[in-house]
Amino acid sequence: MPRTATTGGRLPAPLAGFLGRALATAGSLAVTVLGLLFVTFIIGRVMPIDPVLAVVGERGSPEVYAAAREALGLDEPLPVQFWYYLREVAQGDFGTSLLTARPVVDDIARVFPATLELATLGVLIGVLFGVPLGVLAAINRGRWIDQVARLVALVGYSMPIFWLGLIGLLVFYGILGWVGGPGRLDVFYDGLVPSVTGMILVDSALAGDWMVFGNALSHIILPASLLGYFSLAYISRMTRSFMLEALSAEYITTARVKGMSEWRVVWVHAFRNIRVQLLTVIVLSYANLLEGSVLTEIIFSWPGIGFYITNALLAADMNAVLGGTVVVGTIFIILNMLSDLLYKVFDPRAR
Amino acid sequence: MSAFSRLMASAALGAAVLAAGLPAAMAETPPNMLVIANRIDDITSLDPAESFEFSGADVIRNMYLKLVNLDPMDMSAGYQPEIAESWDVSEDGRTVTFNIRSGLSFASGNPVTADDVVYSLRRAVLLNKTPSFILTQFGFTAENVEETITGADGTVSITTDKPYAISFVLNCLTATIGAIVDSKLVMEHEADGDMGNTWLKTNSAGGGAYTLAAWQPNENVTLNANPGFYKGEPAMKRVIVRHVQESASQRLMLERGDIDVARNLNPEDIAGISGEEGIRIDEELGGQLMYLSFNQDNPELAKPEVREAMKYLIDYAGMADSFLKGQWAVQQNFLPLTFLGAVDENPFSLDIEKAKALLAEAGVPEGFTIEAGVREAQERIEIAQSFQNALAQVGIKLDITVGTAAQILGRYRARDLDVYVGTWGPDYPDPHTNASTFAWNPDNSVEAGATGILAWRNAWDPGALTAQVDAAVIENDTEKRVEMYHEIQAEFRDTSPFAILFQQARQTAVRDNVENLNLGDAISSAAYWPVTK
Repeated sequence: MPRTATTGGRLPAPLAGFLGRALATAGSLAVTVLGLLFVTFIIGRVMPIDPVLAVVGERGSPEVYAAAREALGLDEPLPVQFWYYLREVAQGDFGTSLLTARPVVDDIARVFPATLELATLGVLIGVLFGVPLGVLAAINRGRWIDQVARLVALVGYSMPIFWLGLIGLLVFYGILGWVGGPGRLDVFYDGLVPSVTGMILVDSALAGDWMVFGNALSHIILPASLLGYFSLAYISRMTRSFMLEALSAEYITTARVKGMSEWRVVWVHAFRNIRVQLLTVIVLSYANLLEGSVLTEIIFSWPGIGFYITNALLAADMNAVLGGTVVVGTIFIILNMLSDLLYKVFDPRAR
Repeated sequence: MSAFSRLMASAALGAAVLAAGLPAAMAETPPNMLVIANRIDDITSLDPAESFEFSGADVIRNMYLKLVNLDPMDMSAGYQPEIAESWDVSEDGRTVTFNIRSGLSFASGNPVTADDVVYSLRRAVLLNKTPSFILTQFGFTAENVEETITGADGTVSITTDKPYAISFVLNCLTATIGAIVDSKLVMEHEADGDMGNTWLKTNSAGGGAYTLAAWQPNENVTLNANPGFYKGEPAMKRVIVRHVQESASQRLMLERGDIDVARNLNPEDIAGISGEEGIRIDEELGGQLMYLSFNQDNPELAKPEVREAMKYLIDYAGMADSFLKGQWAVQQNFLPLTFLGAVDENPFSLDIEKAKALLAEAGVPEGFTIEAGVREAQERIEIAQSFQNALAQVGIKLDITVGTAAQILGRYRARDLDVYVGTWGPDYPDPHTNASTFAWNPDNSVEAGATGILAWRNAWDPGALTAQVDAAVIENDTEKRVEMYHEIQAEFRDTSPFAILFQQARQTAVRDNVENLNLGDAISSAAYWPVTK
């Protein structure tokens, strides 16, 4: 007799399996985030930096200092502080940032979309150019195009991002005037479209304000290309290496012997088989970009999460650091899980 | 294969076409808008009772009125009437009564009254935030504000614990904490008895030339002109201060015309941009001092001859002419030039032989080892290295510890550093601000924990200087007061464990159509309302 949800009060097997997996995933996510919080919290507290100074500054009197210390809860023992913190986090309250005087949640809602927008465009550029370049290099192994790809990757690996960013600004903004300067928008466009997602390209498109969209694009294109170039370096090298391996497989030789077109051999047979590995590489690149690139953010005055966390760390603004770390950590974990999931979709052996 | 080549070529072409088709940056900012690039990541609050950072002071100066204020077009004139149209001092010299000007209003439309003044000053004392000492040094406390700060019939009276020099009292009231807030508006936003502090951190409630449109941390501050400003609506209807961390980025933005003012150009970029068409370099002296200090808990550094020797082991001119070029000028006294009582005598210069003789006299001809704490700022590290080179020539080994601001400052405040490379900026435009930290330390004991006083941080008891500083601040004869600061500084220069090195020389690059921009000189902050383009 087939089991149904109504007989015996049991869930159907696929649903139970899904729920079980979902619970396990949520549990592992919670444990990882808790561990992340604990380590960050401890590092924050044992660092030889005094967060009270970030509030009262160099000139605060001892009374002002003591009052601020108490207000921050720093007079409590460490385990108590951590417990209080967890209790608040469980209620979705990451506390108030010392540096910005606002709730950390609001700050992250402001800075993370800036990074998300930049990283997404960056990784798109990286994939759009990196994958074809890697494939081209593999099928032309040892020829000039392979050398060019190698050089592109080498430069991408070894060039300081700071220098490349400034040169990019000088040439494309300073001299040619092709792109917008530092910042997400020209000042005249600030605040013209309502913030829905916090990503200006998306918000301006939603609002149908193409002037703002164009201006935002002119500002993001250079930093995104820069980040894209660094992903490209990694993605193209990995694509090349995966493709070389795939192209040397016996089934490829068989396909060629059968007279299959080169296009079909490369894309249908070889490329299909590297999709899984490539996806992991791309997801990792994306996750790296989502952590925020501090130097890129500094050069381009891009108010992203990398600069936010670094600034907070230097001033021992631990609420901000912890909040930022949780967000970045969670994104990292989710992307890893997504990568695992897609792995299973594309590779039947992994199911 | 050829298909791949075509793909790549078209992708590259597409990108180029796309980039070329994008709107290029505008060549000029609108005529009624002032756009400034500055590092504003130091702002943590815009409540005048709490704000104590340079960038915050710039913003607040433009949003609030004060009882007395400085005129950006004539800074040397000192404090001028603003909300107070006149004032009287009682016979015992302890009570100042201000006559409140009628007809002034806040940006909200509420009239500026004596009640607002009383509320603002009391609030600053009661909130007890970092800058509160500027007011509490007059003896105001949470317990006595009801009696010491009072208002009636268009007048406000403040009663101090001693008969301080009136110039001292009024100078302090021109500081950020002297800003008068719209009490009705602030009280509407009070939460949990915080006197509106949480709300006012990110909002404005003043009657100054501008109101706060937005402050996005690490991104920008936007100010809108206040049409009801008592001096007339400013020509710049909107002022945007944009956070741009990098000097090179600021320079490019100025050259492209995307900003009007670049405030943080390094010497290389200033040199590079000088003489470019359409750009001018404005120079003014700032209030910041750069100094080296020597902890008197270290027995070697506590010897008077060693202290003196240190001052001959610094290449003042060499540094000012090389890596500090244009940004810092030699000044060996604790009052910045343009301050009341400032002197420009700079008797020390690098003299290795003289230092050697002094060290021999102190009984340490073979030298010793000391540690310097330096914040990770390029110029400070270079100053420490220059000092290290000079010390090496007399056998003294200087270990340089570089750390974040919070790390190094924490150790300095705990008297844990032999040598500190520091900067100091005045808290309010009166000589007492620096005298009371460099040359005044009534209790040098560890228990006193006077971490705010530089002399204490260096475990130095200034002896008779403490009493001299106390005397100068209650001297009402200004000429005599000036003379007293001259004497204090001469003694300090020769005997203290501080080697004052340089005074900030601010170089600001501006588009040449920007007129009347005053950034506050050594004694105040930026004023945007007189600016025209």
